[in-house]
Amino acid sequence: MFKLSDKYAIAGIGNTEYSKFSGRTVRSLATEACLKAIEDAGLTVADIDGIVSFNFNDSAPAMGVATEMGIENAGYAVDYAAGGNGANLITLAATAAIEAGLAKNVLCFRAMNGRSGFRLGGGRDMSAYGVTQYTAPLGWITYPQAMAMWARRHMIDYGTTEEHWAEIATTFRDNAVINERAMQRTPMTKDDYYNSRFIVDPFRMYDICLESDGACAVVITSAEQARDLKQKPVYIMGGAYGGGPSQGDDLFDAIRWPSHSHNCFKYLADDLWGSAGIGPKDVDVAEIYDCFTYSVLMALEGLGFCEEGEGGPFVMGGRIARTGELPLNTHGGLLSEAYIHGFNHVIEAVEQLRGTAGARQIDGAEIALTTAGAMTCGSAMILRN
Amino acid sequence: MQKTAYSRPLPVPDSESTPFWDGMREGKLMLQRCASSGEHLFPPVTFCPGSLEIPEWTETSGKGEIFSWIVVRHPVPRDLYADEVPYVVAIVALDEGCRMTGNLVDVAPEDVRAGMKVEIVYNHVTPEITLPAFRPTGS
Repeated sequence: MFKLSDKYAIAGIGNTEYSKFSGRTVRSLATEACLKAIEDAGLTVADIDGIVSFNFNDSAPAMGVATEMGIENAGYAVDYAAGGNGANLITLAATAAIEAGLAKNVLCFRAMNGRSGFRLGGGRDMSAYGVTQYTAPLGWITYPQAMAMWARRHMIDYGTTEEHWAEIATTFRDNAVINERAMQRTPMTKDDYYNSRFIVDPFRMYDICLESDGACAVVITSAEQARDLKQKPVYIMGGAYGGGPSQGDDLFDAIRWPSHSHNCFKYLADDLWGSAGIGPKDVDVAEIYDCFTYSVLMALEGLGFCEEGEGGPFVMGGRIARTGELPLNTHGGLLSEAYIHGFNHVIEAVEQLRGTAGARQIDGAEIALTTAGAMTCGSAMILRN
Repeated sequence: MQKTAYSRPLPVPDSESTPFWDGMREGKLMLQRCASSGEHLFPPVTFCPGSLEIPEWTETSGKGEIFSWIVVRHPVPRDLYADEVPYVVAIVALDEGCRMTGNLVDVAPEDVRAGMKVEIVYNHVTPEITLPAFRPTGS
């Protein structure tokens, strides 16, 4: 279990514009976000001695970004091979690196030309190696196709319906409408949701997240130093990473996974809440990894906001809206703000806890949850101000 | 007249999977079984998870029921699948106890149901490769 509660803090945040076509290299996006995060913290490049990222061979290497910024001694420059599970993994890894004495001030970033460059799950490989040999030849290739298989099983097991997913999609869009960073700011009605075309049953287009070009970065440092810096510190109160048994080789390889109606969060919930010493009822705002509408339900259920199978009814009736008891994805999420692989969720949680989220601000937000991942492996943090 | 070359992704059999694909080509569903636990295994492995024994290959019934399924309507990549949609990919819970993947054929996408009884069909796509598919048994 994570034992560094409140010892480290997010001292700076930065992000680029989110778009469909950046017209720039991924490295320059990463560098821009990192420089903004450093400045936001009130630090200089000379203060940075660690830099961590995660990617699917679709990003810029941490060492390359350190080189472009002119970091003198990037003692801890590391790239994790990770996907949706990575956003909170690298921030927790940064605290571990600082605790171990490997670095003092660590940048964490995620950068991609996810729309104009390398599009995840494009499936151009005509030779299917490894576990892919049992999936791609069947025409089972894209991420929506993978997740739809899980979503169907939740419908079978628990009677979850498209009505629940419509509530999630429209609620997050409502939040994006008032977010100047969001890529999708056109209001979405329930009718708009139901009229969107089926991509892969049971998913419609509006069940599926955006594809984006952009970058996000944060600076992590000790709580003591953060208190002396420019911004109100946002403390890492708790965290967890991992999943359960039979996580498999990749996101399609869940064939031995115990149940497609729950994901990794069922298995890391105890460590997450235990590390922070709080429970679900203490969370003021939650930024949940929403690569698909359905994945929000598994996170809520797995982390104990409701029982397994009750996520659908739980999200209805305004409970997850800005004015509800558990505001979710106040920025619009991956579904409506941008797909920066869950790192934009960390940025939003920090802004909420600083009280600088403007029109999106949840009054009195003191504790935020961020999650990353939707299938057999994931990460999460509890942040506080 | 020569048939048009098969133009979609093909499996690359390896040291773990060759008996499975050899079986497919011969019209047999060959799966691994752990001798100590009795569990059938899919996809193939070198070591049985848990017991860490070397699994044995065994011919299985090819019968099971629908565990979950999707209907692909938007083709990706478009040039490979535009003529195929809508098509169904299913996870089948085999009578032997493990799950495996396959296309679902001989049934309209809207008629697929959870728990529907199915049996294996051998989809010979090239002289070397036969892909697993399933169809309803009608019972």
